[in-house]
Amino acid sequence: MADADTSNAFVEFERVQKSYDGETLVVKDLNLTMPKGEFLTMLGPSGSGKTTCLMMLAGFETATHGDIRLGGTSINNIPPHKRGIGMVFQNYALFPHMTIAENLSFPLEVRKLGKSEREAKVKRALDMVEMGAFGGRRPAQLSGGQQQRVALARALVFEPELVLMDEPLGALDKQLREKMQFEITNLAHELGITTVYVTHDQTEALTMSDRVAVFDDGRIQQLDPPDTLYEEPKNSFVAQFIGENNTLEGVVKEINNGLALVQLDDGELIDCQPVHESVKPGARTRVSIRPERVEYNKDRLKEGVHTLKAEVKEFIYMGDIFRTRLNVAGNDEFIIKTRNAPDVDRLQPGQQIEIGWLPEDCRALDA
Amino acid sequence: MSDTTQSGPVLAADGTPLKRSLHRALRIQKLRALMLIAPLLAFVLLTFIVPIGQMLFRSVENDIVANTLPKTVIALQDWDAASGQAPDEAVFAALAADLYVASNEKTHTRVGSRLNYETPGISSLFRKAGRKAKKWDVENDGPFKEQFIKIDDGWADPDVWRTIQTYSPKYTNGYFLNAADMQKGADGAEIRPESERIYITLFKRTLIMSLIITGACIVLAYPVAWILANLPSAKANLLMILVLLPFWTSLLVRTSAWKVMLQQQGVINDTLVWLGLVADDARLVMINNQLGTIIAMTHILLPFMILPMYSVMQTINPSYLRAAKSMGATNWTAFWRVYFPLSVPGIGAGSILVFILAIGYYITPELVGGTKGVFISNRIAFHISTSLNWGLAAALGTILLAVVLILYWAYDKIVGIDNVKLG
Repeated sequence: MADADTSNAFVEFERVQKSYDGETLVVKDLNLTMPKGEFLTMLGPSGSGKTTCLMMLAGFETATHGDIRLGGTSINNIPPHKRGIGMVFQNYALFPHMTIAENLSFPLEVRKLGKSEREAKVKRALDMVEMGAFGGRRPAQLSGGQQQRVALARALVFEPELVLMDEPLGALDKQLREKMQFEITNLAHELGITTVYVTHDQTEALTMSDRVAVFDDGRIQQLDPPDTLYEEPKNSFVAQFIGENNTLEGVVKEINNGLALVQLDDGELIDCQPVHESVKPGARTRVSIRPERVEYNKDRLKEGVHTLKAEVKEFIYMGDIFRTRLNVAGNDEFIIKTRNAPDVDRLQPGQQIEIGWLPEDCRALDA
Repeated sequence: MSDTTQSGPVLAADGTPLKRSLHRALRIQKLRALMLIAPLLAFVLLTFIVPIGQMLFRSVENDIVANTLPKTVIALQDWDAASGQAPDEAVFAALAADLYVASNEKTHTRVGSRLNYETPGISSLFRKAGRKAKKWDVENDGPFKEQFIKIDDGWADPDVWRTIQTYSPKYTNGYFLNAADMQKGADGAEIRPESERIYITLFKRTLIMSLIITGACIVLAYPVAWILANLPSAKANLLMILVLLPFWTSLLVRTSAWKVMLQQQGVINDTLVWLGLVADDARLVMINNQLGTIIAMTHILLPFMILPMYSVMQTINPSYLRAAKSMGATNWTAFWRVYFPLSVPGIGAGSILVFILAIGYYITPELVGGTKGVFISNRIAFHISTSLNWGLAAALGTILLAVVLILYWAYDKIVGIDNVKLG
């Protein structure tokens, strides 16, 4: 599943660039290799180029430069209808003038399948998404979640090897979204389909994907499985974008035994993992710590770790967790999260505490 | 209160039926809303409904004969038109009495003109007789039969009397028969001789040419609307100005421009001759005929087709086409199976608009239609302003209105009126 392994590559982007106006590049230098059967999510803020990449893969946009390959053959000059890629659109794009069954039958009709075969496939696809009873309805008569299922069934009914999904859950409410996330992942793995999924919702990306490509500024900032992405972000953007994150700024004093000693702007010293290539003695750096990895209970802190003084600004009870806002080294947006357990103290605003963490959880990134 | 197990009508908290309570609660609001639209309602009533109603009524109204010649009408009741003889002295005496009054009030010429629509020549009979009758002493100057026949032997013609008798009731279907190329013969309604038939041909021509114009507008407008709907809005707005530009130019100017373009010494013919495609002595006849009317009217009505189409196409999400293509449809299949059906409401709205405008069009056929390219509305205008036969004009107008309503109903049955989006 590594980047360099191109032997079993199914989808490949090689040095792809895209510009709409001839002046700015929307996609700057995209290199991506996907093996068959993988569920890959393109995650990024709007305008980061992720949807453009999906549209280039689907054939609705042409790459300005570079090569896109599907199953080893370049598809740059193949029109969309010959690519055989299933697609689920953001607004579902179910044809309003056709019934659900007619919608599903459409891709089979244009493939000139016989009537009985079409009916069998439509039925199987509808049953697969538990919409078998709705074949005679029109899209407008279905709820958002039902339309979503039909859109999914329609993208799968002609058995494509690659399915693209463009923010398909964006219009659903939270509960339904979580349910559909689960169903889509299950279905994709069951059928062994290769899936490219575009979203700006990081939770969706983390829960569904085999690998996530974080897009920003027309480039992939990091391409990794969700756990790696969350725990080992490679730069400040990824650290900020994925999950909640605390940052402290300072200057690298020295690097010893794989640990960087960083002097924060208020003079305090902390130990960090030097992650980004720019982390060298004398360079400015941004240190990232996940809120749930911060510890303030002295008994649980390891011996010898650096601790920082902190003042509690706000304590929020969130049910399963406590979310506490602190002022640490001049940053009063420093968040810590603690599990709601019987032995955990509830902090009071104004309280002075000492916080610390393991050096592995504290990552020195680009400034 | 609104328990579902309750069998009677649902009651409000104070025990009155809920429907009545609701009605009362909404009454003030309804009254206020009515007050707001009252000026508009009055305006529409006065300037639209009442004139149309009067126009429709005029097509059957016929009280002029009974009002001007009351005694004659009564006296004529017993006369048998089939006898082939002019009526007897009593009828002539009644006519003399009526004409005496009418000629002093100067209304006898009006009756004459009215009856002249039905039997040409009656107008002059009344005019001549009226001149004499003015000076008659109705009591003592009789008998009148010879005197009338002396004034004009037309009075001895039973056909004249049959016409007076036929048109003596206060209401008549005569105008409608006339409008359908029929007349009241001795044995009731009969078709006019072929040489006198004109309205059925005109109605047919109006319908067929309106359909051709509508079809031409669909074909021309569809691509324009499609381009407008698919361009970025800045460019689309610029193009939209070009579409709307004709609205800012006088209809007369535009029609006259077509005259300049299409006439035999016009721009198109000159160019074709110059290019050698057409011989100088065989210049194309493109104006003062049906072709000229169709070309000019298609141009004038085109915006009415483009605008509804555009407004519908704008609402068609481009992702439908993308979805179709992603599922393997070629450009043509995606268009024909997905885009076109979704644009039908626009075509329907545009077609109804253009067709209804075309069927009642007047100025353009008048200017470029010659004799072969005029519409029924030109004939209506002729009866309104030249022949002054308003009753016939009203009957023709009523038939036109009925035809439009029938076609509208048929459209609703076939396509469905909810399938029409005007904006």
